[in-house]
Amino acid sequence: MKRLIALPFRKSVEIAFLSIRVRFFRSLVTTMSLVLAVAFLCFMRSSNDFAQGFLATGSVEAYQAIVQAGYDVSLETMTIAASAKQRWIVTLSLLVCIVGIINAQLMSVTERFREIGTMKCLGALDRFIVRLFILEASMQGLAGSLCGAIIGTMAAAASALLSFGTGALSTDALQPLAVSIAISVVTGTSLSLLGVIYPAIIAARMQPVEAMRVEQ
Amino acid sequence: MKKKQIVRVSGVTKNFDLGKIVVEVLKGIDLEIETGKYLSIMGPSGSGKSTLFNMIGGLDKPTSGKVFIDEVDIAQLDAYELAWLRCRKIGYIFQTFNLIPVMTALENVTLPMTFAGLSNDDAVERGMELLFQVGLEGRHSHKPSELSGGQQQRVAVARALANTPAIILADEPTGNLDLTTGEDIINLLKELSRERGVTVISATHDYKMLNVSDQVVWIRDGRVDKIQDRSDLDIKTGGLTEER
Repeated sequence: MKRLIALPFRKSVEIAFLSIRVRFFRSLVTTMSLVLAVAFLCFMRSSNDFAQGFLATGSVEAYQAIVQAGYDVSLETMTIAASAKQRWIVTLSLLVCIVGIINAQLMSVTERFREIGTMKCLGALDRFIVRLFILEASMQGLAGSLCGAIIGTMAAAASALLSFGTGALSTDALQPLAVSIAISVVTGTSLSLLGVIYPAIIAARMQPVEAMRVEQ
Repeated sequence: MKKKQIVRVSGVTKNFDLGKIVVEVLKGIDLEIETGKYLSIMGPSGSGKSTLFNMIGGLDKPTSGKVFIDEVDIAQLDAYELAWLRCRKIGYIFQTFNLIPVMTALENVTLPMTFAGLSNDDAVERGMELLFQVGLEGRHSHKPSELSGGQQQRVAVARALANTPAIILADEPTGNLDLTTGEDIINLLKELSRERGVTVISATHDYKMLNVSDQVVWIRDGRVDKIQDRSDLDIKTGGLTEER
């Protein structure tokens, strides 16, 4: 007889989802830094998209308004480039975000040492534990990034409305906007996954005997 | 006929390396445990009782010597086989109950069955049956935080029985319970061991355990001090009453 221990994928998703739901507040805090970072990334990108769309109307007033609002317009191609400063700030915010995620996930692993140890005593393999953490992180990542992207886009739309008036919301901006949102969501989810790798490995390497320890 | 041995410990030593000094916790233990017995490991704290207990449960590896479970040397097992052993052969009961807090009583009981590859419906059916047996019918949808200590330990007993293990390892199962609840749990374990022929091994310093044990192993200073059968225990208590 093959001595195999199994955890069906659907069951892992169920457990991961339960874990998030029960520790909702903690998950919310973990996800918050991600939401903010992704919102910032998405805001930067979609602001440029809106300005680009406005620029595409071709009027001189539009050009003036955009330059006045502080966008870098390259004259040859008539496109708006993300400035080096913008890129730096976004990169930094994403870096800070990933450090925050690692920190929060490490805390959550420490908090759940006994739970993980117990699962191992019941026969869980290292990779079940890794899978649970990765599933949790991807759910948090996806939800957080979606929220962040929506917040970022709405903020960008509001700011474009304020600076350029209704002309800014041209249909030309729709496609690049969708791309921006997609990029933000993918980036956010990957960050969340990247941040959980190290904590998940620590959790998986834990010895089941830890579950026996009485002191918390 | 020679009785079947489920656990055999031979010449086990265990050292803990604490950097500057090496502490010898177990100094050569030989022990044989027969199938279906209710065995208590007694000893003061620091005697190596818990360490020996963890060795028997395959949670820790000896520095030298061998531990056999069902005549299989557990040092030879790889991670998968060890996980299988923990899942199917051994049921663990902890002093601190260790239920998964995010799951209901029923989910806690069915988790090891899921690991063992049982389908969800079968697992739920068997889980309900086990919860009924430990006296928790109607409590299956409660979270551990909604149950009392004794009830949580009952769930843990049901969980330990989930995959019909050959051995139940109980580490101070009554340590966090009051007198009567502790007694209830002890009686429950005894009953289950008698009905199902499960070997129960418990580390304890609860003297209530002695009354139900078939065999008591006294550990002192990393060695087996003495092994008493139930009959010896009876004589001892008899002797005490005579002295009075």
